[in-house]
Amino acid sequence: MNKVFNSFDEAVSDIPDNSTLMIDGFAGPGGTSQNLIAALRNLGSKNLTIISNTAGLASVIGFGTLPGQTPVDIGVLVENNQVKKVIASFPVSPSPSRPTAFEKAYAKHEVELELVPQGTLAERIRAGGAGIPAFFTPTGVDTRVSEGKEIREFNGKKYVLETALKADFALIRAYQSDRLGNLVYKGTSKNFNSVMVTAATISIVEVDKIVETGAIESALIDTPLLYVDRIVEIKENNER
Amino acid sequence: MKDRLNREIIAMRVAKELQDGDVVNLGIGIPSLCSQFIPEGKTVIYHSESGVLNYGPMAEEGFEDQDLINASGQFLAPVDGMSFFSSSDAFAMIRGGHIDVTVLGALQVSKSGDLANWMIPSRGIGNVGGAMDLAVGAKKVIVAMEHNDKNGSSKIVNECSFPLTSKSCVSLIVTDIAVIQVVKSGLQLLECAPGWTKEDVQNETEVELIFEKGIKEFTL
Repeated sequence: MNKVFNSFDEAVSDIPDNSTLMIDGFAGPGGTSQNLIAALRNLGSKNLTIISNTAGLASVIGFGTLPGQTPVDIGVLVENNQVKKVIASFPVSPSPSRPTAFEKAYAKHEVELELVPQGTLAERIRAGGAGIPAFFTPTGVDTRVSEGKEIREFNGKKYVLETALKADFALIRAYQSDRLGNLVYKGTSKNFNSVMVTAATISIVEVDKIVETGAIESALIDTPLLYVDRIVEIKENNER
Repeated sequence: MKDRLNREIIAMRVAKELQDGDVVNLGIGIPSLCSQFIPEGKTVIYHSESGVLNYGPMAEEGFEDQDLINASGQFLAPVDGMSFFSSSDAFAMIRGGHIDVTVLGALQVSKSGDLANWMIPSRGIGNVGGAMDLAVGAKKVIVAMEHNDKNGSSKIVNECSFPLTSKSCVSLIVTDIAVIQVVKSGLQLLECAPGWTKEDVQNETEVELIFEKGIKEFTL
């Protein structure tokens, strides 16, 4: 069992056209698998469905971007016409005057959008990884996002039925992995990453550092190894 | 023209509502300013959808860390006692009733406390983000916003014409001219900005406000 890949290109090489992918990160470059996204851009797979919190914000509005950084995000896949549909909670720039690649493509009807409240998105992904096909949530009742969905009352309050999300591949950034694939995340870069890694058939993880097994204290492991299929270490010259 | 209060003063007035020990989630815009104005002697615990609890001040220039942000994309300083968690945990805290107060911006608030804050219809697309979850999950929803939009129209309306975030969720509205409480029978004016009478506020407001005794000048 060897999960360690030597290059990002190799780690994404079998992602075919028409795949569904979960791509991590909250909005900024922190916790975003920028190197795997760049490799997928080079591979050129088309007709992708992307499940992510945003549809690419960091590259346009510098959300959480450090001075001098040029982040890679889902925007590069949209610009390269690889994306058919995005499932997201925060798909466009907060300032309409600075539209993202996704918003431009959406205006031209080149991509589809399924807008999902952020907590519902996280829970749909969690459910996908946990074998729960659907669940009821109070979020979105009496709004557009619950149109056409089953509403049921529990204890006098209305809830909407939401279904689980799964993916063929997840692209994940973590801080460290051991050789077996046990992961730790850094700071607020855990958010969607530690959920998405559980909900894909193949989870591909880029890490700042691969450490020897045992170097991460067992009690501090965020993601146990069974969720992780491929690991690539970010080398110094890969810059992101 | 009477003076309207600036964004900082609105945030300062909202901060007065926060109680010692409250767990609070602040939205983007005016709400994000509230954390600067917590009175001495009160401890407020901040939560953010980016997966952090008990954050403190923003990071100083030169010490920003891309792995330490709040949901507004601001860089946070590391402080003792802060914790990090997944998005599913962040929203379990929200939906599960563990957040005492959320302060959100708004495009429109209705007479019955309906909130619309995620999409301007003319744009044809918008960001829901965590707003719908916060509006249904937090124990108390405070709206902090300008009273009127750029064209001077009242953002406090009889019925929201913009897509809803959540129905009947708002309990208090703090604007640049008034503090208004949502009560069973409608919207009750509590406070006016300095120099504004209750009639002045009413003139800027689509909804017929309820005037009870004891309307005060904004207190900070």
